[in-house]
Amino acid sequence: MSAVTAPLAGLGRAVLSALAALGRIAIYGGQTLKAALRPPFYPREVLSALLQVGWLSLPVVGLTSIFTGGALALQIYSGGQRFSAEAVVPQIVAIGMVRELGPVLVGLMIAARVTSSIAAEIATMKVTEQIDALVTLSTNPLQYLTVPRVLAGVLTVPLLVGVGDIIGVMGGFLVSTEQLGFNRAGYIKNTVDFLTMPDIVSSLIKGAVFGFIATLIGCYYGMNSGRGAMGVGSATKGAVATASILILAANFVLTSVMFGT
Amino acid sequence: MIELLGVQKSFGHNHVLRGVDLTIARGTSMVVIGGSGTGKSVLLKSILGLVVPDAGTITLDGTDVTKTDRDTFLARFGMLFQGGALFDSLKVWENVAFRLLRGAKALPKDQAREIAIEKLRRVGLKPSTADQLPAELSGGMQKRVGLARAIAAEPEIIFFDEPTTGLDPIMSGVINALIREIVVEMGATAMTITHDMSSVRAIADTVAMLHDGKIRWTGPAAEMDAASDPYLQQFIHGRAEGPIESVR
Repeated sequence: MSAVTAPLAGLGRAVLSALAALGRIAIYGGQTLKAALRPPFYPREVLSALLQVGWLSLPVVGLTSIFTGGALALQIYSGGQRFSAEAVVPQIVAIGMVRELGPVLVGLMIAARVTSSIAAEIATMKVTEQIDALVTLSTNPLQYLTVPRVLAGVLTVPLLVGVGDIIGVMGGFLVSTEQLGFNRAGYIKNTVDFLTMPDIVSSLIKGAVFGFIATLIGCYYGMNSGRGAMGVGSATKGAVATASILILAANFVLTSVMFGT
Repeated sequence: MIELLGVQKSFGHNHVLRGVDLTIARGTSMVVIGGSGTGKSVLLKSILGLVVPDAGTITLDGTDVTKTDRDTFLARFGMLFQGGALFDSLKVWENVAFRLLRGAKALPKDQAREIAIEKLRRVGLKPSTADQLPAELSGGMQKRVGLARAIAAEPEIIFFDEPTTGLDPIMSGVINALIREIVVEMGATAMTITHDMSSVRAIADTVAMLHDGKIRWTGPAAEMDAASDPYLQQFIHGRAEGPIESVR
């Protein structure tokens, strides 16, 4: 192989490998959806996953959103001053948080907090033969471990996105009214008047898709982890990187579909 | 009766099982011995369907295990894993009663807990252990909990994967004696894989030696010491010199 074609061959192998991995993840996703529809169901595991994925993620989502909303208000104000458009801060903060930053940041925070935790937990279970033990105890690991977590992701991440949107807009409101001199009532009125139902619905749809991706990828990498501590570490690292990339890619696709002209 | 005929399994270029023929009679305790990495665990996992063999057949009471209903098949088995494989997030009694609490024949929680405590007592653990988490127990206690879980649903067949690995000699003796007692008491068919010769002598009715992917020798435990097979003799006496290559 010549020096010219070798890098191309390497690139081709990498692309094929990534596509094969995507295919395996898609098959795993299909199997999970199928498993979710047939008994047995594990309500206790679902409740536990709802708590882990949803409730316990609230602090990180809230903090991320409030600081982002505040910073966004400052940026729009300072940027807007260049062409005398600083008055549009409430509208841009609202649309920026609800349509884009809210869902994406919550998705990435869930990838960091939940995907990593799921991948590490399931990978450790695999390494210590707990997954094999489940099988010998007539329990399907897909139904017992994956379905509850994915269900929790699809149900709670949209709610987290909703909360993140509100807190993010609040962050912009606080900075705008306390630091930039905006009128409180006017800021709220502009925000409410400007946002439309499709903005909010799109945000929640993105949340559900990102929740599905984040939890499914965590489970997939955990179930397919290698041996030992290195296997667990590698599964966790791979899960967070893949989930983050897929969330950003899905965000682009969803935005194109819902708002593309 | 469990019967394996020509069972083969490879992982890439590593041919782990190269045609294993083995019969485990009903109600007997078979111990499979062999060096580390000879495929003992793969053999055991192949019977349970955790590993799919590349070739050969495995039958249970004359029926091909791949053609039986999976849940019904697995309901006949109990298994003690090498490291215990206890579920970290569940209390000890919930681990023991895991199968009893699930499935078509699930028992009410109180009844399952009562049975779990009884099984814990059977393996020498106090009822107060029931509400602890596995991480709060010593290695020996975890093995006992694993044993209690393996026998909780009173299976017909019990598998033991390296039951004494990582335990001190006294605790190993306790676990070996417990396994023997329980197998005799329940009339279960047992298959143990180990390279611990004290376990072999305590647990086995029959012994099979796995070497180079095949059963090298099999026979009653009482005839093991007198057997003329040089591989078996090297292994049971732990000699560095002999036909089995050792890395030094």
